[in-house]
Amino acid sequence: MATSTGRSLLHKVWDAHTVRELPSGQTQLFIGLHLIHEVTSPQAFGMLREMGLPVRFPSRTFATVDHIIPTRSQQRPLADSLAEEMLVALEKNTAEAGIRLFDTESGRQGVVHVIGPELGLTQPGMTIACGDSHTSTHGAFGAVAFGIGTSQVRDVLATQCLLLERPRVRRIEVTGKLCAGVYAKDVILAIIRRLGVKGGVGYAYEYAGPVLDAMSVEERLTVCNMSIEGGARCGYVNPDDVTVEYLRGREFAPSGEGFDRAAAHWRAVASDADADYDDRVALEGADIAPSVTWGINPGQSVAVDERLPLPADAPDDERASLDEAYAYMGLRPGEPVAGTPIDVAFIGSCTNGRISDLREAARVARAGRVAPGVKALVVPGSQAVARQAVEEGLDEVFREAGFEWRQAGCSMCLAMNPDKLVGREVCASSSNRNFKGRQGSPTGRTLLMSPAMVAAAALRGEVADVREIL
Amino acid sequence: MADAIERVEGRGCVLRGDDIDTDRIIPARFLRCVTFDGLGEHAFEDDRKQAKGDHPLDLERFADASVLIVGRNFGCGSSREHAPQALRGHGFRAFVGGSFAEIFRGNCTALGLPCLTLAEPDLAAVMDSVEVDPQQRVVVDVRARSVSCRVGSFEGDMPDGAREQLLEGSWNATAVLLEAGDAIERCAAALPYMAADAR
Repeated sequence: MATSTGRSLLHKVWDAHTVRELPSGQTQLFIGLHLIHEVTSPQAFGMLREMGLPVRFPSRTFATVDHIIPTRSQQRPLADSLAEEMLVALEKNTAEAGIRLFDTESGRQGVVHVIGPELGLTQPGMTIACGDSHTSTHGAFGAVAFGIGTSQVRDVLATQCLLLERPRVRRIEVTGKLCAGVYAKDVILAIIRRLGVKGGVGYAYEYAGPVLDAMSVEERLTVCNMSIEGGARCGYVNPDDVTVEYLRGREFAPSGEGFDRAAAHWRAVASDADADYDDRVALEGADIAPSVTWGINPGQSVAVDERLPLPADAPDDERASLDEAYAYMGLRPGEPVAGTPIDVAFIGSCTNGRISDLREAARVARAGRVAPGVKALVVPGSQAVARQAVEEGLDEVFREAGFEWRQAGCSMCLAMNPDKLVGREVCASSSNRNFKGRQGSPTGRTLLMSPAMVAAAALRGEVADVREIL
Repeated sequence: MADAIERVEGRGCVLRGDDIDTDRIIPARFLRCVTFDGLGEHAFEDDRKQAKGDHPLDLERFADASVLIVGRNFGCGSSREHAPQALRGHGFRAFVGGSFAEIFRGNCTALGLPCLTLAEPDLAAVMDSVEVDPQQRVVVDVRARSVSCRVGSFEGDMPDGAREQLLEGSWNATAVLLEAGDAIERCAAALPYMAADAR
């Protein structure tokens, strides 16, 4: 095919999934993989029933339970009757429609963005939608994956399609190499700090460069997960050998000859070397330090050895946001972020609840004990992650260091289950959002950081530089 | 087809501040439900409690407003449709702002709630005017992509697709998507991973 410029992965995947284009410029896009959970799907099934429509491609939707599931005891009926009602609705809806549900009995349950990849459901070149903003996570495989609302969950159930406008594409290259103690979480926090929490609106982010090339799939999942925190509905990394090898042997990945054929398709979907981008940004990996958010949006972060920003130095239109953040957080401009006392440490979530995250946190946990007065919990992202961690003895490492070892779920990332902050507690958290009230207490405070940094904060009882412990 | 939405007219309510996320619009604990009923009374619940009656949604002068006027990146964060559902339940029928998070805006369109963006100085003028005179009528004109109030009429922006869906009453997208018929299956059959699925 003779074209003047190559195409990006986003364009290739978009074109392959275009059912038709509407006169308004919107695309009717086929969705290859639809993931659902208990929070954003019951109303969609209700709407479908009202319209008298069946689920069109039940084999392309998979369900799990994650947001409301307790992490201490998952025994039925769940203690929270509202949570139980949601779980029952999910069971009933999926059974009626012939949709596969990975419940706690299945051994495959977990946070939807952890199980999709580990089961091999998530594959390069797919379009993936889920009624959850962190669906951007799946872009780590070179899929075009994005969050949708409940009316759109209805649309996908009824038609396996969505009506969408094609985003522009911004290529973000992270050059050089990361220093020791710097993780994927620090890379995405640095990107959001640089481009802002609204910088990605209207864009898909293509993450590239030597730092991304050197990352494992799990690290790429962490980066893509927080695309939405930068305003980008989806983010992706081009598939390569690392992606292909990750998928080999996974339950829902093709096998035998089928795998080789699929792998050829996967590689071909990567952006062409001469692809055209709407924007390009570059960051130097060696400049990225272990980072901590101090404010009320994920763009408000500093390096652990930095001082908190002075509102007077901020652009005029950002000063009000900074003032609001300081008023809520009770922190003082100009103070070092290291040494900020914490009450709770949370390791888990779709951002950082995978086995590699737990391994890094455990390396730190081996160096000491949780500080007195700190409540520390480790919540594996899935039952499979939990099994692997137990096999490696990581649960014991955490318990011996004074952490609580829990069962798989979203836990304290969003407080739709019993794991919540109380009052004005400060939580060092490996999750993705430091919004006001996010972790369940209307006045609770969240400091986002890598799992290793959370473990370091747990041991010291305050924000600490993980590089001093490793 | 749903109702065509050409314009929304009513009183305005000014909610200042950028990056107001959907966790603030409707805290997660209210998502423990299987319907969208009754969310309206919990809109901005935690912010309102902390403002002790001083939150715009509680101010007497903004009572019965149908147009919510907001800052930049409104509705960022979680994809929960409960957020626009709660705001609709509270009585809002249109949003005017500096910018909107994409998923929030898509959710609003799916509910027939227009989101119109204004340039910074125009937004400031509308906000100031409505604050001084909250009794005035604010008109969000979808066809003209404009907002009018006592200080003038301001041309704003709205994506073509959303505008057309509202004007044509096709904002419930399912019906539009179904019109494609077998083209959906044909598109699916051409995808390598769907072929593998069939084998």
